[in-house]
Parts: sequence; C-alpha cells; structure tokens
Amino acid sequence: MLFDYAPILILFGLVLGFAVSNVLISELLGRRRKAIGKETAYECGMGAIGNARLRLSIHFYLVAVLFILFDVESLLLIPWAATANEFAQAGVGTTVFLEVVGFVLVLGVGLAYVWRKGGLSWDR
Amino acid sequence: MPLFFVWLLKAALIYGGMLGLAAGMTLAERKVSAWIQWRIGPNRVGPWGTLQPIADGIKFIFKEEVVPAGANPILFRLAPMMSAIPAMLTVAVIPFAGELSIGGVETTLSIADLDISALYVVAIGGLGVYGVILGGWSSNSKYSLMGGLRASAQMISYELSMILAMLSIVVMGGSLDLRVLTEAQAGGLHEWNIWSQPLAFLLFLIATFAETNRHPFDFAECEPELVGGFHTEYSSMKFALFFLGEYCAMIVMACLTVTFFLGGGEVPWWPSAPWFVQLGAFLAKTSIFLFLFIWVRWTLPRFRFDQLMGLGWKVMLPLALLNIFVTGGLASMGVYGS
Repeated sequence: MLFDYAPILILFGLVLGFAVSNVLISELLGRRRKAIGKETAYECGMGAIGNARLRLSIHFYLVAVLFILFDVESLLLIPWAATANEFAQAGVGTTVFLEVVGFVLVLGVGLAYVWRKGGLSWDR
Repeated sequence: MPLFFVWLLKAALIYGGMLGLAAGMTLAERKVSAWIQWRIGPNRVGPWGTLQPIADGIKFIFKEEVVPAGANPILFRLAPMMSAIPAMLTVAVIPFAGELSIGGVETTLSIADLDISALYVVAIGGLGVYGVILGGWSSNSKYSLMGGLRASAQMISYELSMILAMLSIVVMGGSLDLRVLTEAQAGGLHEWNIWSQPLAFLLFLIATFAETNRHPFDFAECEPELVGGFHTEYSSMKFALFFLGEYCAMIVMACLTVTFFLGGGEVPWWPSAPWFVQLGAFLAKTSIFLFLFIWVRWTLPRFRFDQLMGLGWKVMLPLALLNIFVTGGLASMGVYGS
C-alpha cells in the first residue's frame, strides 16, 4: 500500500529541488543596487502610509468558517460516493441513500439559514 | 532495469514535460492574445518567437531580488515554493496512458497509481492556498494583503463545487482511482461522462477557472484594483515560480477535466490503442481546454468580487448539491451498476 506512494516521494524530491534552486539562483546571481525608497512597499508611487498588518473585514473569516463546514460535508460524502454502486447491488441502495439525504438536508438547512441571515452577500 | 530507475525516469519525463508545456503556455498566451487583438506578438527571439520563454527565464534569473522593508524574510522566500510545489505535485497521479514497458519493466504511464488518486489531487491541490495567503501577508504591502485574502477566499469557495462535481463522477465510476474512472468511459464517444453529467462538467469547468485564478475570475491580481495582487512585491525568479505554479495548476486542471469528462487517454472505438496513441489523444484533448483558458481570458470582461462570491455560494454550491443528489439517487437504484 505505502509502496504505491514511493514514486511520489521521488517526484517530491525533483519538485523541491527545482523550487529551492529557483529561489536561491536569483538570490546568488541577481545584481544588487541600493536606491532610496526601493524597499518601501509599492503604493502607486506615493510613500507607503502606515503598516500593512491591518485589521480586516470579518467577511473573509466567515467564508473560511463556511468552507470548513461544507468541506467536511463533502469529505464525509466521499466514502459513500465511491461505494454507492456496490450498495445498490447489495440491495440496500435506497436505505443508504436516504441516510445520505438526511445528512445533506441538515447541511442544506444550514446553508439556507446562512443565506437568509445575509452571510453570503458580500456587500452587506 | 531496476524499478527505482523506471520511477525516476517517469517522474523526470512527466515533470519535465509539464514544465516545458507551462513555458510553452506563456508563449501561447502572448501569441493567441496578439492574434485576438490583431497584433503580432513576440517574434524577435527565435523563429516566430519560439525561444521567448527561454529568454524570459534567463532574464528572470539575473533580475534583482527586492525584499520589501518590514517583510517577513523567511515566509517571503518560502511562499513562492509553497504555492508552486503543490501545483506541481498533483501531476503525479494523472493517468496519461495505459500499459507500456520500460527496459523490460511493465508499468503504466503515470508517475504513481494510487487507489485514491482523486482524493490525492484534491488534498494536495488544496494546499496551494497557503502559498498565496502567506505571500500576500509576508510582503507587508496592502495590495498584496488584499490580493492574498481575496485569492484564498475565492479558492476555498470554488473548491467546494469542484469536489462535489467530482463526486458525481466518482459515484458513476464507483472508484476514487482516476485510472478506473478513465476505463469506465472506454468504448466510444457516447460513453464519455460529459454526456451523462453535463451539469457536473459545467460546474467543474467554471470551478477550474476560479481555482487557478484565471479570467474572468482573476481577482487575485485584478490590475485596476490591486496592481499585482499577492505577488505585487515579488521580483526575479520568485515571481517566476509563482507564475510557473499557476500555469502548472492550469495544466493539471485541464488534465483532470479530460480525465473526468472526456475519457482521459481513451481513443474512441479503439480500446486497445498503444500507449503513445493514448498519450497523443490525452494531450490533444488537454490542449482544447488549455486553449479555452487563453481564449476566455482575452474575450470576457472581469466579474466583480461580490458577483464571484455570489456565483460560488448561491448558484454553484446548490446546483452541485442537487447534481450529486440526482446522481446518487440514480446510482442507488442501480442505474450505473455494472
């Protein structure tokens, strides 16, 4: 089983080598010239105002939380999806499907609630 | 030939091929955009500008490294790698073609054959979002920060629809192995999943555009608003690494679309085609979607960010849930059973 993953380890070695050497090569070969203001953050030609470590809109946080909720849902659906045909052949397809429907409905209600509360409208 | 060298050869060839294709895509993007806009495009370096990507690469290497003041020096250097590595790793499980023999060892034309390869692609591909958000945060620039946050919000939102669209294909094929899903579509044009799952195909295609931050969803680097997005402050090879990672992600997404919906390397009505014919068929199908990526970019206008989130959560997610509902219901009645 674990043996199947060995070629991926080889690819990982190649990819890591490529990525690290890419970052290092221009660090070593690129030229360096100092100039006033070169290291300030780009703000359309003006001097940078303040720091970029800001407090930001809660929207981004809400999206992340919603993502986790629905990602776990799809994660739990994966084992069923891969075996739905076998359940049908064993004659328990309908029972298993109804259980999945119940599970998805609970999360569907959750989605409807968030939608109704305006959690999905970005401009609110 | 020992098994290790077979693995190394396959990994090196497929990975090298993907990097070459990514470099070719940067040229194709500029050439096709030039044709669409009635310009000539790059034509100075080599015949028809074909050596342009090499010239670009050499130029990137000798460009100056600029690390902005106040940037986190470690994360700033780590972020391009964290963005590119997952995109390049996902190519490992793409089943390009069937059996072949390398130096007496019977093997298949993919770097690794896992029985959960669909899950592997989703899991590793999802890691790319860390590089984007870390690159945006560590630069200590407001444009980078906003671009990184936007890109991550967009990528995780559309990942849901993508996984659910993929699941309906998994239900039909009854496996998480991409090779089994491909073989389930063998036999002819009418067996391709695009006919039985048109909604899933549409959702998956739209999600791939959003996942790779491509037009019309390229809010991560929406020039009039955010300058360069999360890589505003990046220069030299570090920028090139972000760029390459993006194109590799595009190539993998196009490969996945072909595997799920267009029968992968299967040649219609020729199930026992030799591996090089299958590889050719796979690449021909993939190039259709790669061209589509470019064509859409230079044809459609950009969305607005609230429209993008609205489309993802209010249209695509309910439709994807409905689709898996119907597919699962049919499967439970034994429609797809073999």
